[in-house]
Amino acid sequence: MTSSAPRVELTPAAAELLLRLRGTHGPLMFHQSGGCCDGSAPMCYPAGEFRTGGSDVMLASLVVEGVAEPVEFWMSKSQYEVWSHTRLIIDVVAGRGSGFSLEAPEGVRFLTRSRLVGT
Amino acid sequence: MTRYAAPGTEGAIVSYQARYDHFIGGEYVPPARGQYFENPSPVNGQPFTEVARGTAEDVERALDAAHAAAPAWGRTSVGARSDILLKVADRMEANLEKLAVAESWENGKPVRETLAADIPLAIDHFRYFAGAIRAQEGSLGEVDDDTVAYHFHEPLGVVAQIIPWNFPILMAVWKLAPALAAGNAVVLKPAEQTPASIHYWLSLVSDLLPPGVLNIVNGFGVEAGKPLASSPRVAKVAFTGETTTGRLIMQYAAENIKPVTLELGGKSPNIFFDDVWSRDDDFRDKALEGFTMFALNQGEVCTCPSRALVQQGHYSEFIEAAVERTELIKPGHPLDTDTMIGAQASNDQLEKILSYLDIGQQEGAKVLTGGHRIEYDGELAGGYYVQPTIFEGDNRMRIFQEEIFGPVVSVTSFADFDDAMKLANDTLYGLGAGVWTRDMNTAYRAGRAIQAGRVWTNCYHAYPAHAAFGGYKQSGIGRETHKMMLEHYQQTKNLLVSYSPKKLGFF
Repeated sequence: MTSSAPRVELTPAAAELLLRLRGTHGPLMFHQSGGCCDGSAPMCYPAGEFRTGGSDVMLASLVVEGVAEPVEFWMSKSQYEVWSHTRLIIDVVAGRGSGFSLEAPEGVRFLTRSRLVGT
Repeated sequence: MTRYAAPGTEGAIVSYQARYDHFIGGEYVPPARGQYFENPSPVNGQPFTEVARGTAEDVERALDAAHAAAPAWGRTSVGARSDILLKVADRMEANLEKLAVAESWENGKPVRETLAADIPLAIDHFRYFAGAIRAQEGSLGEVDDDTVAYHFHEPLGVVAQIIPWNFPILMAVWKLAPALAAGNAVVLKPAEQTPASIHYWLSLVSDLLPPGVLNIVNGFGVEAGKPLASSPRVAKVAFTGETTTGRLIMQYAAENIKPVTLELGGKSPNIFFDDVWSRDDDFRDKALEGFTMFALNQGEVCTCPSRALVQQGHYSEFIEAAVERTELIKPGHPLDTDTMIGAQASNDQLEKILSYLDIGQQEGAKVLTGGHRIEYDGELAGGYYVQPTIFEGDNRMRIFQEEIFGPVVSVTSFADFDDAMKLANDTLYGLGAGVWTRDMNTAYRAGRAIQAGRVWTNCYHAYPAHAAFGGYKQSGIGRETHKMMLEHYQQTKNLLVSYSPKKLGFF
């Protein structure tokens, strides 16, 4: 990977899950969570369900094969300040639950993996 | 050593039912859509019961029951409500061991913790709020000779509570005890990772509560939590969890103009000044124990002391002893009373911790001990176990800035008091902190300078009722485990009364 690698990318499993969730729930978005319990994990919502604002930054507009519109990936600005030296790879693992994120009833969970920028 | 048998197996002191429905209006009712989900034990990854998969229809039914019960419950005398809470506490005390084993099996935490902390604390919280509500008084103010302002506490009515999975029973009790004491009816949603132990608790106490005063709807956040948190029929939402869901709940509450209390986690610094090392005595020993508290409850505590800041003067000696102490932590079967660290609560939690062990090493942090998953053979095969792990690095690394919620501590050194405070406060969060020093002036100044709601001073991870718990900064809103939480579940009614027969003379 070069330093021009995207800030956020999807594993094939994550893209496949997004395609399925898109079919059930319509257009989608992500907001990366912080804090305890299910924190430090990406939350997937119907687009617009989570209201972003001036305290957030959009890190990526993810293209998913088979999905007409891009899936925006957001994070709070303050959190991004301490994450900005890393690239995020959105993956899927078997899981039990996750705040109000859409995939939980499917028995899976989105997971953020990370690589240092430039690697 | 005692090894408890797994619930439902031969010799077990407690059993789970094969299935749990919703508890609504004083009885168990099946989910409207007829769906259930499996609940695995993190001890071995195997399902041990199934739980109703609640949806908006079930939430509405629970809200109907709560609204039917709330007016009479709110008018019940404080003496009567207090008495019920005391009886709940007595029932729990009589069944402490069973509750402890049930919760350990569901959550994966060592049974010595549920026996010594989770369940005794939950019992005491009911007793504390039973007492606090009896002692609470309104106020009156004499505005002038003939005019008096009376202030009454009134219950909010029907409140929503969304419970986390790290202390399934204790976190429910932190929210239930003040809400019920204050005269509210509750609709509670347990975490989908740990929905069953609260039902075992309920089997012990449900006959004590009037029907509809407590309703439990199980299910996933998106399917059951969202309709509950966004309902215009709840007067308040209480949530413990993470920041994105916390913000979403505030957005829903904003639409309905309703209050919230939120506890959203932290990245708590545990600060060790040089003088800790000045004598080899009980206090030094206690401070080293304080360091290893990052492994308590497998690190799945919102106030996990997951950043250790150690002063440079005795840094090497301190860390060497801290590593040694950490390596004495005994992992193993959660139902063995000798086990000090058990299983992480879920597979996705395990995966998240492993992803941080990975990023920490990529960032250049040094692993001083641990750093790996533990994979057992035999009866613990398939469970979610991680070694207690110490990283050494820099406070701007992500492992110093994010709640990993695992048995992982990130260590760095500081030069002096100001440096310590700068590092301690260089975080988005402000829930807990620890300060260790023999100098009371340093302890006081540090405690006041740290931007966190709870500063443990020469102790850590104590959670007694009567000490307020809650966050600064992005860690949340409100204070639990203290009588001030009663007011988060109450309205203020002001009667402004004139005792003068004379008109104002305006009209």
